[in-house]
Amino acid sequence: MRVQKIFGSATVIEAKDIVTRFGERIIHDGVSLHVDKNEIYGILGESGAGKSVLMKEMIMLLEPNAGEMTVLGHKLKGIGFKEAQDLRREWGVLFQFGALYSSMTIAENIEVQLKEYTNISKEMRDKLIRSKIDLVGLGSYVGALYPSELSGGMIKRAALARALVMEPKLLFLDEPTSGLDPIGARNFDKLIVDLRDMLGITVVMITHDLDSIFSIVDRMAILADKHVVAEGSLKNVLQSQHPFVEEFFKNEYTKHKYLDKLEANKVEHV
Amino acid sequence: MNTTESIAYEDQKQYIELVSRGEWTLETVPQIEKVLQRLSFDKKIIWDVSEVKSFDSAGILLFIEYYESFKQSTTVEVIGYTKDQKEMYDLLKESTKGVIPQRKEGFLENLGKSALQLYNDFKDFVAFLGQLFVTLFHAVLKPKNIRFKEIVYHINHSGFNALVIIGLTSFLVGMVIAYQGSVQLAKFGADIFIVDTVSISMVRELGPMMTAIVIAGRSGSAYTAEIGAMKITEEIAAMQTMGFNPYYFLVLPRIFALVIAVPLLIFFSDLLGILGGMVASDMQLGISFSQFIDRLYEVLEVKHYILGMIKGPVFGFVIAAVGCFRGLQVSDNTESIGLHTTASVVNSIFLVIAFDALFSVIYTEFDV
Repeated sequence: MRVQKIFGSATVIEAKDIVTRFGERIIHDGVSLHVDKNEIYGILGESGAGKSVLMKEMIMLLEPNAGEMTVLGHKLKGIGFKEAQDLRREWGVLFQFGALYSSMTIAENIEVQLKEYTNISKEMRDKLIRSKIDLVGLGSYVGALYPSELSGGMIKRAALARALVMEPKLLFLDEPTSGLDPIGARNFDKLIVDLRDMLGITVVMITHDLDSIFSIVDRMAILADKHVVAEGSLKNVLQSQHPFVEEFFKNEYTKHKYLDKLEANKVEHV
Repeated sequence: MNTTESIAYEDQKQYIELVSRGEWTLETVPQIEKVLQRLSFDKKIIWDVSEVKSFDSAGILLFIEYYESFKQSTTVEVIGYTKDQKEMYDLLKESTKGVIPQRKEGFLENLGKSALQLYNDFKDFVAFLGQLFVTLFHAVLKPKNIRFKEIVYHINHSGFNALVIIGLTSFLVGMVIAYQGSVQLAKFGADIFIVDTVSISMVRELGPMMTAIVIAGRSGSAYTAEIGAMKITEEIAAMQTMGFNPYYFLVLPRIFALVIAVPLLIFFSDLLGILGGMVASDMQLGISFSQFIDRLYEVLEVKHYILGMIKGPVFGFVIAAVGCFRGLQVSDNTESIGLHTTASVVNSIFLVIAFDALFSVIYTEFDV
């Protein structure tokens, strides 16, 4: 029996013709994409392409000027307060710089939602906290520390622990591996895949990390020129002729490091 | 056996059959836990989990807890689990073994910490003043390097923009003194002395004091927050690596600005305070504006004005120095901006009052 986390349909997020303007500046001019259940979905694009803005629109921090965003079957436009609160409990968000509450210890940061939203006993809460701290690869002593006492990488892990504590069906990650050392970054990738496999969660991540893109991302959208210029699996995306895709994926470095291996694998399979 | 509960058991003579069903998730864990707490068995347990429809790590952790605790007293056999459940069980089995150390702070420890903090703050402030005077010395040697543009900017922000609030508070204070004083003076028929009361107290004491308190609340706090925010975003570190001395670029202009602006604001405060007194005297005692001004010429000697004015640069310096010092003390979390801003305002108002007392003693000693 597979873990059953039923959302009603296989599409977890659907963005349709999203238009975003900041004053005169147009960020998105008809962005459409969809994220399927149980996949790790990457949002890629150059700086200023509106990746973070798009993610903020998915998690109701911003509202698009036009277009329709549907998350876990809820239409975000004109969503009611109660519905929005319920929806917020279904997802976890990892911000780029952690955004841990600086006045609370790491353990309190992880505990706060359990305390506010569930009536789980204190002992069980402690267990969940310790388990989450362990899960993200931190030592339990970290629980007693304040965010200002942690390094950047530890803050990321602690923030992931916080994002996971409500057992979300959907996990948003904003540049999860940026600022981590390469080994830490690969462990983080592995952790995300493990979580996805075991908990059946869907992961949406903004990333520039080629290793993540080539190893763990199932499908992705490339944002450039205010549009999605390519969407799909790595194979599909690589077929795009768009200059950004050419530059990002088909330069000397990636050719040598990733694309050749991809070719080699194909030959083996045949 | 109840077939709808998330957890149920049946005594099968040789063994106990324990069955988990439905959802074992964060939402259901509290109820399941309540049931499990009441159970204890002395026979072998066969725990069937095949009817569990969905689970998450909270559910698995609950399972682990009671699986371990049942195992203490009897043998437990788990049947019907899936590969995913086993995987998560393996992952979480050891995960709760860690212990989060407690952060306990006793009364004495806190007292000691506060005392040490006070001592360290004082030491740091002395070091800050030393650094400040070294920078000031360099600035005086090479006045060309002084950031005049910055100074003007801060005079505008901390001085000019404060005119309205300082004018309003001083006007009201002048009125209040005139109202309060007039009741007492009228008893003796000494109505006209209201002019002495208002003008001398305003010019010598209340003008400088009101100005300093408003500026401490308005600009001292802003300086702390501005510099503190720059500290958190590592802008100050960036300046240092480029060879820009933060004292030169951030502290000195603010100090100069307040040393220049506060005396000017005190003058404005004196004017408005006396005006307030004049209006109140007219209403309360019927002393006309021209009577008031005539009397003002007689009683308000220039020395009172100068004695009040001397305090201006001192107050300005104290406020700017404390504001900048507290800003530079901010460490790398957002909470510390708030703490240091509070400390900045409290310290500078206290110091202003302390210096004011010192001035009173000196003035009395010199009999002026």
